[in-house]
Amino acid sequence: MGRRILFITTDQQRFDSLGCNGGTIARTPNIDALARNGINYTRAHPQNVVCMPSRSTMVTGQHPSTHGVWMNGVPLSPDAPSIAATLRSAGYKTALVGKAHFEPLLDPFQLFAETRMAANNVFTEMYTLPDGTMVPHRGFDHMEFATHGAQGSVHYAQWIRQNHPEAIGQFFTVLDHELEVSAVGGGDTNAPQVKFNEVHREWYHTDWVADRTMAWLDSLDVNDDWFCWMSFPDPHHPWDPPKSELGRVNWRDLDLPEGYPTDATMRENILAQKPAHWAKWYDGSFVSNYEAPLHWVPATLTPDQVREVNAMTHIENELIDEAIGRVLKMIETKGWTSDVDIVFTTDHGEFQGDFGLLFKGPYHVDSLMRLPMIWKPAPSANVTPAVVTAPVGLVSLAATFASIAGLPTPDYVEAPALPLSDADAQTRGFERVLTEWDSILFEKIIGSRTIHRDGWTCTQMLPGTLHDGTEGELYDHANDPLQHVNLWNDSKHKAIRDDLLADLRSAMPKQVLPLRPVDAPV
Amino acid sequence: MGSIRRSQHIKCTPEKAWEIIGDPSRLHEWFPIVSCRVEGAKRWIHLANGLVFEEDIVLVDNSMRRFQYTIVNNPIVTQHLGTVDVIDDGRGECIAIYSTDMKPNVLALGIGAAANHGLTKVKKILEGTL
Repeated sequence: MGRRILFITTDQQRFDSLGCNGGTIARTPNIDALARNGINYTRAHPQNVVCMPSRSTMVTGQHPSTHGVWMNGVPLSPDAPSIAATLRSAGYKTALVGKAHFEPLLDPFQLFAETRMAANNVFTEMYTLPDGTMVPHRGFDHMEFATHGAQGSVHYAQWIRQNHPEAIGQFFTVLDHELEVSAVGGGDTNAPQVKFNEVHREWYHTDWVADRTMAWLDSLDVNDDWFCWMSFPDPHHPWDPPKSELGRVNWRDLDLPEGYPTDATMRENILAQKPAHWAKWYDGSFVSNYEAPLHWVPATLTPDQVREVNAMTHIENELIDEAIGRVLKMIETKGWTSDVDIVFTTDHGEFQGDFGLLFKGPYHVDSLMRLPMIWKPAPSANVTPAVVTAPVGLVSLAATFASIAGLPTPDYVEAPALPLSDADAQTRGFERVLTEWDSILFEKIIGSRTIHRDGWTCTQMLPGTLHDGTEGELYDHANDPLQHVNLWNDSKHKAIRDDLLADLRSAMPKQVLPLRPVDAPV
Repeated sequence: MGSIRRSQHIKCTPEKAWEIIGDPSRLHEWFPIVSCRVEGAKRWIHLANGLVFEEDIVLVDNSMRRFQYTIVNNPIVTQHLGTVDVIDDGRGECIAIYSTDMKPNVLALGIGAAANHGLTKVKKILEGTL
């Protein structure tokens, strides 16, 4: 028997949402305990700030330029490397329960395995490798999918349809009649993608993901080694937690987030310092990507809407924490606790009102890039708890899982296993973390490359619809933690900017071309 | 308008490719659908997820080797024109091109994915590598 691995992810969760990271609203005692007894990474970045590329980085240990999922809607190749397959080859039982999203969710022709598995209500699909070997899709013995509601071809939607059909209409309808991300508002403030959801808490996808995770764990022999990815769809929009839970956080009691400039002129002045796509999204004149509602104008966002979205998010985060607590309790009753490593993180962040914005897009600031990431090594490994401030990325997860299993670092990964302390990070060269953005949605083209190093975030915009390649962003986190002051064109900071750009060009993997086709908007 | 174009070079004569690509009733042999039915200038295609699309056949031009169709009576699709061309590459082989222009825009991406899948399959059929 070796060390088992429980990999917990959420979707679109901010660093500051957790008590262990300074959050003061949502009660997250189970995750906080993981941080207290493990390693809390306080500067963890995704390699892309939307779901499919970021999740593909988690499973492959590669940057988007290498794994080829350069924007949402581009499927990860079925023969892409997978840490689950590596672990399975070493004898691990493997599962992914919840949101996968390595392949498009909008798949009317059932071209992709995730859609087909759910449509056929099966939990694996065999894939033939070039050498003729048959392996389960992406190396998972069991895949059981959920996403943000009761629609679409995922197992959770099938379960709701079969067992609680009356609940289907209670969830927010994510897409509008044009199949665009819906801008419909609700709740008390008419905030976009907010809805009072009458679904029973026990039927909501957060609890379902925990229930199905426990069912799979319960199917194992007590002596099995296992890798289980428990992937919660929340707190990603829509913000429609069960109405029964709304009493947990009253939006009227919330202060506005520190990152939300209450004065409209101040907001606009901050955005005006940034490359053009920021202000043009804010005023509704240029929506570059599918991840935000096409027909919603951020400039219309009110302070009360910011409060209500934040309250809904805090509630969803509490439900996730409680669901995690149930799974950890079950692991304890199985007698596994001393040999289980637990890794908790998310795929990207969310504005939640910062800069007067919601949702996400090609905006490389802490709102979207600074992630919660915690690794609680198995107690049997005797690792000293630590806080790691060095920059790390989701790209290190695959190597980390291999190291937990006692396997050599897979040759396909592009980053080493996570450091155990800042001293370890320094010894092993964790100096920088990279993030990429590319999107081509019909005629709108945006691209950027970002490096975070030495307390600076530097982003170069690539030539595209709005930019000629000379624009960028430079933020000094020590003096400007909210990234309100763009120093890109400040002559006093030209040396650090140029040094960061040189480092970025040197460290960024060469993009694999040609770009794979976009097969869906998401 | 959502506009996509997918293409494949196929190692066979344009005439041979057109025999299958230009026949509206043989779509299910290469495109990722379950079945199709043609009655006059109408076609119905059945997807694996149970959806049925009703289509008007706009053009079957055997001399230009162009097929065009439009999705009709659909609660979601408000505008659509699909075009499939088989073009002589000048070396005795051909290029098959599948284009779609439609609203809702984003649905064009899904049809593009299906077209890519279909063109890859028809290439294998015609080149005998399936």
